[in-house]
Amino acid sequence: MAMGILLIFSVSVLVFGLLYMMPGNPVDMVVDRKVSAEKKEEIAHEMGYDRPMAEQYLDWAKGILLEQDFGTSTRYKVPVWELMKERIPRSLNLCGWALFLEILIALPIGLLCAIKKDSLFDRLTVNFTLVLTAVPAFWMAALLILVFSVWLGILPISGYKGMEYYVLPVFSLVASSIAGTIRLTKAEVLEVLNERYVTTAYAKGLSSRAVMWKHVLRNALIIVTVQVFMSIPWLISGAVVTEKIFGIPGMGNLLLNSIIVQDFPVVQGVLLIIAILTVICNLLSDLVIGILDPRIRISMDGGRGE
Amino acid sequence: MNEELLKLEDLNIDYKVKGGALSAVHNVNLSIHQGEIFAVVGESGCGKTTVAHSIMNLLAGNNARIEGRILFEGKDLRTCSQKEMEQIRGQKIGMIFQNPLDSLNPVYTTGKQVQEAIMLDHVEKGAAWEKVIRLFQDVRMPDAKERVNSYPHELSGGMRQRVMIAMMLSRNPKLLIADEPTTALDVTIEAQILEILQELKKQRNTAIMLITHNFGLVAEVADRIAVMYAGEVIETGTVYEIFENPMHPYTRLLMQALPRKTKREGRLQTIEGAVPRILEKKPECRFANRCPYATERCSREEPATIRASETHAYRCFLDKGQEV
Amino acid sequence: MRRDSKWRETLRACLKNKNFMIGFLILVSIILIAIFAEQIGPYEYTAQNPSVKMSAPSAEHWFGTDELGRDVFSRTVMGTRITLWVAFLGATLALVIGVSVGVVCGYFGGWVDRIFSFLTDLTWCIPGTILALAVVTLIGKGLTNSVIAISLVSWATYARSVRAKTMSLRTMAFVETGRAFGESSFSLMFRYILPNIVPSLIVMVSMSLPSTVMSTTTLSFLGLGSQAPSPDWGLALSNGIAYIGRAPWLSVFPGLALVYTVLGFNLLGDGLRDILDPHMKSM
Repeated sequence: MAMGILLIFSVSVLVFGLLYMMPGNPVDMVVDRKVSAEKKEEIAHEMGYDRPMAEQYLDWAKGILLEQDFGTSTRYKVPVWELMKERIPRSLNLCGWALFLEILIALPIGLLCAIKKDSLFDRLTVNFTLVLTAVPAFWMAALLILVFSVWLGILPISGYKGMEYYVLPVFSLVASSIAGTIRLTKAEVLEVLNERYVTTAYAKGLSSRAVMWKHVLRNALIIVTVQVFMSIPWLISGAVVTEKIFGIPGMGNLLLNSIIVQDFPVVQGVLLIIAILTVICNLLSDLVIGILDPRIRISMDGGRGE
Repeated sequence: MNEELLKLEDLNIDYKVKGGALSAVHNVNLSIHQGEIFAVVGESGCGKTTVAHSIMNLLAGNNARIEGRILFEGKDLRTCSQKEMEQIRGQKIGMIFQNPLDSLNPVYTTGKQVQEAIMLDHVEKGAAWEKVIRLFQDVRMPDAKERVNSYPHELSGGMRQRVMIAMMLSRNPKLLIADEPTTALDVTIEAQILEILQELKKQRNTAIMLITHNFGLVAEVADRIAVMYAGEVIETGTVYEIFENPMHPYTRLLMQALPRKTKREGRLQTIEGAVPRILEKKPECRFANRCPYATERCSREEPATIRASETHAYRCFLDKGQEV
Repeated sequence: MRRDSKWRETLRACLKNKNFMIGFLILVSIILIAIFAEQIGPYEYTAQNPSVKMSAPSAEHWFGTDELGRDVFSRTVMGTRITLWVAFLGATLALVIGVSVGVVCGYFGGWVDRIFSFLTDLTWCIPGTILALAVVTLIGKGLTNSVIAISLVSWATYARSVRAKTMSLRTMAFVETGRAFGESSFSLMFRYILPNIVPSLIVMVSMSLPSTVMSTTTLSFLGLGSQAPSPDWGLALSNGIAYIGRAPWLSVFPGLALVYTVLGFNLLGDGLRDILDPHMKSM
């Protein structure tokens, strides 16, 4: 927890510093090039850019913490928070469905591959995931659009007016991250299948079904769950590409457009939100392991060191 | 003598490995009777654990090829379906393992894991839980009432092995296979576990197949013994016969390796070399290359079984009574 | 003599490893295409021919033409050069940073190490692509800049594993001997310890190549990497998607080329891992 707060603090300092690491003066980004030097200084004073760095940082951080004041977008001329507020749900919607589907598809496939190792199904899956990891998200998206929107004409290419607009983006997001989850699930299940306690479970007379559900899957899921939690931020970064292709105005698209037009307050805000989300996901995954694995629970109670 | 419970007839087990088949078990014949402790002794890698796992049909996935018959109460377990095997495991034959930490699932409490076994016999949940506590008391678990709620990692090695025994006793099996049950434990705990096993034999008339590399342990608890070497049973007999009148050179060497208080030079003798990996079967004595009495014949012919008495048999060319 | 036989053994293992061989052949084919790109491509990759705008694949234009009438086949072939350059530059940069930081931290330990560990944690606080986007914001658009950005993101993985290896080697007898003979810390780090890490480094580099290529192409796709008229596959794809209804060949072929390349690198990496570092788990 303390580590998490320290990390968020450090990221926030970096994100804040982003503005000053840029070549040139922060005022130049707000005002026209023709404005005179005296006028610029006046603006800098007005905006507080001539005060000590630490003081500026504290003000900035206080604004965010107390009033969700992430500053004002230089492009849209509205508060950054307003921009993010309407975009966050769209991104979460996209990522949430992708995550849900990924788990729904990857877990059974990974499990089946492990149980029927070296079967035709397993070998096909291995080769399929191998190819899938080589397919970039944006090409997958292009192919999906080509097949479902252009040739079959059953799904819209881009926009965000209803559920059907989310189908292709969600699937392309799933396709780009599912291979890893399948492999991980398989590897974990295989490892657990070799554990002695699985032999014990058989030896006491449990049916294969009961052994699979109560002992193998239950234990393999610990690591898989953690990995899935940790993968959420990566899903979000994948969403940048997906949102751009399918024209979904979410956080990814906002970040991308703001970088291109150098709208710094927005870039800072989005980066900060994503960093906080990442740290929260890591903390949550620690918490989830604790719930699933009693061995960790004990060491957490006793003052977790690492 | 009691009724015959388990009989292995011409059991052969090969593991498919790179470059051939590893002969892990070769022509093993033995029988275990009700209410006796039958010890299978041998160095690591001699095939004793493979025999144990094959009885329970737990070798699946190891690329093992099994031949011969495994008769339990007259029924060949090898012809049993998956379903029938599930009826036998736990209920008729229980099994405990060497390392009691990996043998228990780390994410469930010990009580729950035992309860799970009991409930297979359609016992209602609450009653099963009470039985768990009783069983924990039976295996003399300290603070049984609290320990049922402990996770495996919270217990000591000895306590975990008690849990394993309680689990395997819970369904009252007729045969308990104990695969190196005390190897990972220290000496005082070992004595306690052996005591529990002996009590079990007396009170419930359970037959115990004790698999171990420790001859000293065998002397203390076993009724009959089979000595295994490189996948073969090279000598069987009652504990008295084996210890007083060992016939096979390997058994004799093992005896000498045993630390004895009476021995003047209290040094531990060991047998040179290691158990060979047999990749191709040929007529030979598998112990020939380590045997101090080996003759040219030993690497040409497979020795036949010689009966020294009704209960005592061994496989060697050496004549009975020949001085070695 | 012994060194010689060891090499021969490794070579034999390579020849026997299916993944490695397929990956190796793919890589060789890409290198050849990159070298002879001018000879293979029938047209100048920038040459515009307004009379054949957006024409479908045909005998004259195998992969069709784009909205400016440029030959997609010639451009895709030319793109291999960019991809190989990206892979080479990215690997070198990440390697140099990662190895120096990793060796220094593993060797000295203490506060140097603690600061580094915190930095690694910090890099992992923001997902790779996003962090690369932030870096590009700072240093500006462009292919080289985006490769730098990707390397600044990926060095931490190298550093972490080099650090661990260094720590375990630091106390080994041969390093202690060197120290006793008065070798400098620099020499101990780079002449005693580093050579022993080389096999794992080869594996690490080859395993990270696919993601370097993929991330850089992604940045180009997002418009922050290569700029027009570069034949970069990512740029070509981002352009192609705009015309996906009318000219699907604009998206299909550069994408296929990219998948072929990344698949080759993936197989090569998997194979090398099996051969050189069987204990390393896939990441």
